[in-house]
Amino acid sequence: MIKPQIGMSDIKIKIIDRDGELHEVDAPTDMNMNLMEVVRSYELAPEGTIGICGGMAMCASCQCYVKSDHQLPEKSDDEEAMLAEAFFVEDNSRLGCQIHITEELDGLEVELAPEEP
Amino acid sequence: MIKTDILIIGAGPTGLFAVFEAGLLQLKCHLIDALPQAGGQCSEIYPKKPIYDIPGFPEVLAGDLVDNLMEQIKPFQPGFTLGERAETIEKLDDGSFIVTTNKGTKHHAPIVAIAGGLGSFEPRKPLLENLEKYEDNGVAYMIKEPEIYRDKKVLIAGGGDSALDWSIFLADVAKEVTLVHRRNEFRGALDSVEKVQQLKNEGKINLMTPAEVVALKGKDQLEKVTVKNTSTSEETDVEVDNFIPLFGLSPKLGPISNWGLEIEKNAIKVNNSLDYQTNIPGIYAIGDVNTYPGKLKLILCGFHEATLMCQSAYQKIFPDKKYVMKYTTVGGVTGFDGSKKEAPKAVVKAID
Repeated sequence: MIKPQIGMSDIKIKIIDRDGELHEVDAPTDMNMNLMEVVRSYELAPEGTIGICGGMAMCASCQCYVKSDHQLPEKSDDEEAMLAEAFFVEDNSRLGCQIHITEELDGLEVELAPEEP
Repeated sequence: MIKTDILIIGAGPTGLFAVFEAGLLQLKCHLIDALPQAGGQCSEIYPKKPIYDIPGFPEVLAGDLVDNLMEQIKPFQPGFTLGERAETIEKLDDGSFIVTTNKGTKHHAPIVAIAGGLGSFEPRKPLLENLEKYEDNGVAYMIKEPEIYRDKKVLIAGGGDSALDWSIFLADVAKEVTLVHRRNEFRGALDSVEKVQQLKNEGKINLMTPAEVVALKGKDQLEKVTVKNTSTSEETDVEVDNFIPLFGLSPKLGPISNWGLEIEKNAIKVNNSLDYQTNIPGIYAIGDVNTYPGKLKLILCGFHEATLMCQSAYQKIFPDKKYVMKYTTVGGVTGFDGSKKEAPKAVVKAID
């Protein structure tokens, strides 16, 4: 049986890239993906400027500002520590690599933080 | 001038393994790396993290992988230029290259293999006014020679392993060590955190948290830094000889992007159907730094690309020689240091 392209398990996410352009993308909930990986798979930021550490919360290149009201899981100690060292941090900052794509995040809207100098 | 057969830019796992494959072909290698130690990301960023996809190792710590590679290439006596970044490349009339680092060290070789990974790691600099004025005049981002801080007043800023480790080390060298961090919590190896706590209790380290450096002062040399307590907003001037912000590193492709190579997606395009050579004959790109359709940035892919690159390099250096591929199980490994590794001979003995 061939699985359909857009699965029942996909959710819609709005991502504003670093040029201010809005992209609405489908993200799968059954592939253990995180938000940073979604951004990379759609090439919404140049390769090498996002997910530099691979997703270990050891850089802040996947930092994004959460615009919608969605309730996200609390930040881990690693994410807190990394955001404390990052530039351009706001109250609604999160690390994209620490946000796992689940059905509850349908309609999530985020804006990518500027690239670090 | 350093002369070698293959000049490898980048001493991460891919660059290191290339030394082995080159050595089997009797080719000498010299490696350049911007970091003060070999191992690339594996030793700098995540030495204690286990890697699960190195063939033959169900689990191996990144730092241990580097140690193993250094052991594996030891017989081939690679040279290292560490703590220097490759800046310029010059092609000579005979097709060979001279690569010069930011410290002026020159390297001459017929073949250049760029194993630059994500790029050279550059320090994340704090956003402070006049920072550039004090660089090398009191401000440093990397410690290569700890002795220069003997009897000096040093202020370290940062909340990770580097800041912790250097505070511990310099507590016995410097006259005064102050550690500043925006939070009370530090993120590093547990025993480092505990050691700093102990040294603070003994009065050997001044801990200023939660705080950050907000200004640098001094006529020509750095004389004072202003530290602001982030919860009370109170500002204090601390007299220092040196300010060392250790805010982590970020990789940048850097000068390599101006070498005339085809760059796509911050990586170097190569011929992946043959030998991972770039658009410039004699220059190859292997490991995470290259790109081609289907490229995967995995250490094991770097190992494969390094091997094929060495074969091609051999043919370029010895166009008249016919290479006979010998398996290491057959030919063993003969090091440049005279060592020889080979399988013990099988027993052939009659049974009466």
